[in-house]
Amino acid sequence: MVSEEEVESIAKLADITIEKEKLAGFTSRFNDILEYFDILDQVAPDETTKDDLYNVLREDEVMPSLTQEEALVNSGETEEGYIKSPKVM
Amino acid sequence: MRYRFDAEDGNNAFITIVRDAEYKEGGVLSGIPVAVKDNISTKGIPTTCGSKILEGYVPPYDAHAVAMIKEAGAVIVGKTNMDEFGMGTTTENSAYFPTTNPCDRTCVPGGSSGGSAAAIASDMVPMALGSDTGGSIRCPAAFCGIVGLKPTYGRVSRFGLIAYSNSLEQIGPMAKNVTDVSKLMEVISKPDIYDSTAYNRPYVHTPSAQIKGKKIAVPKEYFGEGVDDKVADCVRGAISKLEEMGAEIIDCSIPSMKYALAAYYVTCTSEASSNLSRFDGVRFGPKVEMKRSWHDEYRDYRGERFGEEVQRRILLGTFALSAGYYGKYYAKAQVARSNIRNDFLRVLNEADLIAGPTMPNTAFKIGEKSSNPLEMYLADILTVPANLAGVPAISVPCGKVGGMPVGLQIIGRHFDEESVVDAAFAYEQEVN
Amino acid sequence: MSDSNSGCGCGCGDGKGCAGAAKPSEKDVKDLKVIIGLEIHCQLNTKTKLFCGCSADFRDDAPNTHVCPICLGLPGALPKLNKQAVIYALKVAKALNLEISEVSEFSRKNYFYPDLPKGYQISQYDKPIALRGKMTVDDDEGHEKVIRITRIHLEEDPGRLVHKISRDRAGYTLVDYNRSSIPLIEIVTEPDLSSPKEARRFLNKLRATLEYLDVFDGEKEGSIRVDANISLEGHNRVECKNISSYKGVEKALTFEITRQRNLIRRGQEIVQETRHFLEGRGITTGSRSKEDENDYRYFPEPDLKPLRVKDWADKIELPELPDAKRERFMSQYKISVNHAKTLVGDIKVADFYEGILKNPAISKETELAATWVCDTLLGELYYRDMKIDAVPRECFADLVALLKDKKVTDKVAVDVLRAMLDDIHEGRKCAMPSETVEKSGLGKGSDDEFTEIIKKVVAANPQAVADYHSGKGNAINFIVGQIMKETKGRADPKSLNKLIVDYIASME
Repeated sequence: MVSEEEVESIAKLADITIEKEKLAGFTSRFNDILEYFDILDQVAPDETTKDDLYNVLREDEVMPSLTQEEALVNSGETEEGYIKSPKVM
Repeated sequence: MRYRFDAEDGNNAFITIVRDAEYKEGGVLSGIPVAVKDNISTKGIPTTCGSKILEGYVPPYDAHAVAMIKEAGAVIVGKTNMDEFGMGTTTENSAYFPTTNPCDRTCVPGGSSGGSAAAIASDMVPMALGSDTGGSIRCPAAFCGIVGLKPTYGRVSRFGLIAYSNSLEQIGPMAKNVTDVSKLMEVISKPDIYDSTAYNRPYVHTPSAQIKGKKIAVPKEYFGEGVDDKVADCVRGAISKLEEMGAEIIDCSIPSMKYALAAYYVTCTSEASSNLSRFDGVRFGPKVEMKRSWHDEYRDYRGERFGEEVQRRILLGTFALSAGYYGKYYAKAQVARSNIRNDFLRVLNEADLIAGPTMPNTAFKIGEKSSNPLEMYLADILTVPANLAGVPAISVPCGKVGGMPVGLQIIGRHFDEESVVDAAFAYEQEVN
Repeated sequence: MSDSNSGCGCGCGDGKGCAGAAKPSEKDVKDLKVIIGLEIHCQLNTKTKLFCGCSADFRDDAPNTHVCPICLGLPGALPKLNKQAVIYALKVAKALNLEISEVSEFSRKNYFYPDLPKGYQISQYDKPIALRGKMTVDDDEGHEKVIRITRIHLEEDPGRLVHKISRDRAGYTLVDYNRSSIPLIEIVTEPDLSSPKEARRFLNKLRATLEYLDVFDGEKEGSIRVDANISLEGHNRVECKNISSYKGVEKALTFEITRQRNLIRRGQEIVQETRHFLEGRGITTGSRSKEDENDYRYFPEPDLKPLRVKDWADKIELPELPDAKRERFMSQYKISVNHAKTLVGDIKVADFYEGILKNPAISKETELAATWVCDTLLGELYYRDMKIDAVPRECFADLVALLKDKKVTDKVAVDVLRAMLDDIHEGRKCAMPSETVEKSGLGKGSDDEFTEIIKKVVAANPQAVADYHSGKGNAINFIVGQIMKETKGRADPKSLNKLIVDYIASME
């Protein structure tokens, strides 16, 4: 069982605001699901299959990039070719 | 060439409709209108994943599968509705509007590729692209009475498919009939250098009604608790038909099935919690405010624009990967997954194919299950095992219960879509 | 990395309960052993980025012009690993004696920051490409010691942020994703380093090694970034992040040691924390509260397949590395260990040295050449912030030839060298030293020529001569100085000395 406080701290780790009034319902459903996941406690290791695909690589050859215009077209705000984001300091 | 797409969308199958489209003449899909699920990137056409967080986003590139169907001459006539980011079984979780089931508009079309299925079932388009993470092609195919194929993991490039759960999902073909599914599969399975998890084993095949002498295993778990009796009977009838046609039916068991749903939901929510981090309103999507600092703005941005089910899955995945819980959830889910894969390999060593129902029920009424997420998850029990094992699986219509379509699911060996398609084709030819 | 957080360091044999109760003596504090481990991030100089084909040569270009759906983290884009980056990582691993992993794997390191377009960094976690290596470094007494390397892994660089203040005084951030997904290797050491100077020597040698391997260009801005773990024996460890220069590492560590010693002197406990180094001010600041400590939620990257490249490493042929080159220089050229160390400390210097020796006129003058490269040229270059590649080898060889043939004095040779470097530095054509000397008559004069000047100077300085006679040997030096001035350094002080003594003797 996780508490509402724990759900809030998970939400913080996930960087998502959960509205206060929704928290109780959210937590209760969250716990229902976690309880269902408990069946995994019974799993016993089986032989693991080796990945048959490996060393998937490309050669070090330059491919065309997007133009600055294409790169910025979907961004919210730009300034002198840079993309703007909220302050981090 | 230009194409005028006039079909009426009575079921809200599309998020974006391209009425006046261009196409390249001459390929195997020349001039055929094809709908594309809205989580598959289309250059110049908005791609929202059914989410408000991608409202207005126009990809600057085509997904590999989209590039391939364009090359084959298909007309892309629009982007179909879906559960937000593929997270749902009914298409009710779309942030825009629900899609209705063309067979009964009070019912859901299934999900998450509900828009693609409804567009086909309502004859707007003969074929469409869907994506299947835990049943998202097969479920709506079953609920709407069409054909849908989830390819072997790695047979179709995922490049351009907006990731929900990378290790489970595939883009796949949906159509009215097996022949068209096969045709579309041939086009989208062409090799791609950009998906490191793709095997470059293109599917080149013309369906033939070959079923005689094939061994078909029927796992008892596919007819277990939670499966509607009438649906079970309907599917048993279909399997008997296959037997009459010369297939050898054998009983089997997949004991690890009891872990399947938990393994599936832990895996997909974990991967999703990471995949969905990039939706920050900086490089694309509705722009983020700049008044407060990054984390404050970002938290509210995501709190407001992701739907509740998406938030729930991000939080579940964040929890499953967090320090102290990784071993209990994520790591255990991978062990369970390996067990399931081994069980499937074992059964498919004895038999050529596995058959059972696609869904435990027919289509739900709209709103019937939307309040209880766990109950909704349980509906995926028969589809998620194929994703966990990575094997191909098709859903082909096999009758109706209470007027609503039922799907027969046929599962095959890795990279043996050919046998799966042939069995579905044989059944389809027999009953039509 | 270190396990130095038990005990209180005051010698009471107690746990942390005693800290603060008694202040340790000054001697105890001074004697506390310094324990340093480094995490070094180096940009690999591949042509393209780690996971896409965008050109990695972005430094002179406008923001967001070396980007594509992959390195911008657009929805649906998938990474594809650069083979060359893997080979470069293997080269480094082999050079530093690491064991290459049978299977290595990429993982996602999840955290939210605007320079990280996907919201996670593709890195390596529990299955890095190589483990357990070592490199030697000179300690502060000049003895060679072994520093263990914990691991090497590959990862992608984030984008670059520019912090801005708008007119309404609200801040915002500008992001350039050109750097996003540039390949990095992270080299992690065990806490085997014992002083800031040693740490700097380690970094210098590491840089030299990477440049020998031709996988790294240390001159590119921001091409190396270091996180340092530092503790004093018996006390908690502090991690200093964000150090982006070789000098900075020494500064940050020196600052931290002083700060930690001062805390211990006052009987205070060192807080185990992450601190940021402010390069401009030369200090570290504690920046993160406990609440912000990240839980990175690593898990295997589902978009990439594992690497099995152990056998690739066997096929890689390494070039001669600094230690081997030093040994060879000492035995082949019979030069001193100090000169050899200086020469091999930078592959460009080593190549320059061997390059000038190709000139038949000086090919036997290995010691003379080493002396002039190490003791004069490097200092003059440093003073002008110039690179050795800018110096034409034939010009420098010519200068050494003049010295060999005793055609110029050391003093003149230095002047000619300076003029030569100034010419290059200011974009003028650099003349051959022999021509310069010939033209301006700077060649060493004959004894006859100097005899006249000696006569003149001795006559003009009777007091100095008197001093010499009264037993003040120094008096000769004064006369030598006067003559050097008169001849613009063309005379050799030693032979001059003898000439003067002989002349004064002949006067009697």
